[in-house]
Amino acid sequence: MTKTLFAAAALAAAIALPAQAAEPVRIGMITTLSGGGASLGIDTRDGFMLAVKMKGGRLGGAETAIDIVDDARKVGNAKQIATRMLQQDDVDVITGIVWSNLALAVVPAVTGADKFYLSTNAAPSHLAGKGCHPNYFAVSYQNDNLDEAAGYHVNAKGYDNVYLIAPNYPAGRDHLNGFKRYYKGGLAGEVYTKLGQVDYAAEIANLRAAKPDAVFIFLPGGMGINFTKQYAQAGLVERIPLFGPAFSFSQDILGAVGDAALGVFNTAQWSPDLDIPANKAFVTAFQAEYGRLPSLYASQGYDTALLLDSAIAKVGGDLSDKAAFRSALKAAEFETVRGKFSFGSNHHPVQDVYMRKVVKVNGTITNEVVEKVFSIHQDAYAADCGM
Amino acid sequence: MTWLLFAEQTLNGLQQGVMLFLMAAGLTLVFGIMSLLNLAHGSLYMVGAYVTATVTQASGSFGLGVLAGMAAAALAGGLIELIALRRLYARDHLDQVLATFGLILFFNELVKILWGPQALFLSTPEILSGTVDLAGTPYPAYRLFIIAVGLLVALGLRVLIVNTRVGMLIRAGSTHREMVGALGVDIARLYTIIFAVGAMLAGLAGALAGPMLAIQVGMGENILILTFVVIIVGGIGSVRGALVGALLVGTVDTFGRAFLPMALRAVMDPSAADTVGASIAGMSIYILMAAVLMIRPRGLFQAYGGT
Repeated sequence: MTKTLFAAAALAAAIALPAQAAEPVRIGMITTLSGGGASLGIDTRDGFMLAVKMKGGRLGGAETAIDIVDDARKVGNAKQIATRMLQQDDVDVITGIVWSNLALAVVPAVTGADKFYLSTNAAPSHLAGKGCHPNYFAVSYQNDNLDEAAGYHVNAKGYDNVYLIAPNYPAGRDHLNGFKRYYKGGLAGEVYTKLGQVDYAAEIANLRAAKPDAVFIFLPGGMGINFTKQYAQAGLVERIPLFGPAFSFSQDILGAVGDAALGVFNTAQWSPDLDIPANKAFVTAFQAEYGRLPSLYASQGYDTALLLDSAIAKVGGDLSDKAAFRSALKAAEFETVRGKFSFGSNHHPVQDVYMRKVVKVNGTITNEVVEKVFSIHQDAYAADCGM
Repeated sequence: MTWLLFAEQTLNGLQQGVMLFLMAAGLTLVFGIMSLLNLAHGSLYMVGAYVTATVTQASGSFGLGVLAGMAAAALAGGLIELIALRRLYARDHLDQVLATFGLILFFNELVKILWGPQALFLSTPEILSGTVDLAGTPYPAYRLFIIAVGLLVALGLRVLIVNTRVGMLIRAGSTHREMVGALGVDIARLYTIIFAVGAMLAGLAGALAGPMLAIQVGMGENILILTFVVIIVGGIGSVRGALVGALLVGTVDTFGRAFLPMALRAVMDPSAADTVGASIAGMSIYILMAAVLMIRPRGLFQAYGGT
């Protein structure tokens, strides 16, 4: 599979310009294509490859070789693949990792080898602050951005007795801290559940007894599906509004939650209905290519490929001048599906964040923008970054 | 904490326990009677959930979906017993772990190929989608339904094992395998039947879980670990032990999650109480298991005759 894609991209490039002798730009994508959470990696890949296809298989007009490898969501696999890509394949850029724990293991190895890493999703606080690096760019967001927007919105709407739920692991605490950074009201409860928990009956009963006026959850992947379905079964969606970052309510998950998700509020830097020409073109092309609506992860993969395209074009396909390529990336002169996008000093996005609501349009459950929460918002860690 | 909340959490514990029982009943029979350590039991749960979701969506009937899910799980169970596991009875437990772990990987990939990587959707049947008013507390009707089904299955299994000929053979086969064979009973066929019945119950658990949980690849692994705790607490091979163990594990887990952080808040500051409470709640069932094993090393109920 990876070999085929590799060959296909190389072939497409070869047909287009057979005479060029220059070294191709080599891109390694490590992402999760099997096991739990595979839908996130698949959307990342599909969004990325859609942009590559739209550029005729040549990013920045240069011959492009893309090697896509499955990490099965395992840290060991990701590290091993990265090592091979860096030492044997001599890739110029690595991208695609979905999970923060995998990114924390791989990114330092990539930047340490003086190669570039572009994050299509995971952006843990360490890499935005003290652990920032000139060769590391987060194209998606900084992990806390979406929680901060939710906290700000809930605060602005006058809720003052909010119930918080997250899994009991470091990222769970990070996300709740992000929320609390902008939320100033009281807490009806702050509950940490087991990572990967499937049944939330006990938590929901306690929650109802605590009588909060809003609930904020950070429960990514299957945990969010489980919680939301059970929250709706307990008849609570209409009575106590449910908020969260987009991870539990992205397009890849909504189909599995069904009507139970209707009316849930979630924050993201992108939405399929954002009224921006570049976004409209992206959503239409994605649907035509894959027959489904794109998710947040697909939009991030797509933007990452477009950013690469712009930077490679700027340096004329020659990535040997690292400084020139770096400043070409930093300039971020590409047509993002989010409208506005620039990199802050720590190479993390400075962008708008929206509040979205889950709705049903023509029988399809999807997200719709309710309002813009933050205009050109920057993360809280930029000051800790020494760049 | 009010009395009502306590009652509600007890129901939640009961419901979780009943789900675990459906899984544990099959696993404990296979492990206790056939001495086969089957890690792929969770895969049968997944098969049940996927087939139920697909058939329910196609036919519009949840009842039909559940029956199809049970049949598919029984069929898958019977097939893996005939094709693969039959060769493993005489082998070491470690070989069985290796082979059945392989089956987990096989089923995960198979399900991904057939249904794709995205989680599947199964709605709560209309009639059970509301809440029932229990003394002022709205309780999900669907969870009450699960409790009822689980208790019915427990009753049915008891009748099967105590009052029927197959049940008699199951009991006899567990303690005197050679003798039963010498009397002309086809032990191999009996084992296939036991395995298929266990698989069918796992399929039922998966089917019932569908409307509450994410139907996704790997969903069986989570519940499998809890199921092993249940059969160790209950006593390997004993269906009665599986029921008591499941209810105990379900209740302890639910109460731990519901009340431990609250109780700890009385003795330490809130944020520390939440952290420590959540961590201890996650361990509570293992603490229970350790305590049971200390007092009764072979579980609460020993299997018939105890092999």
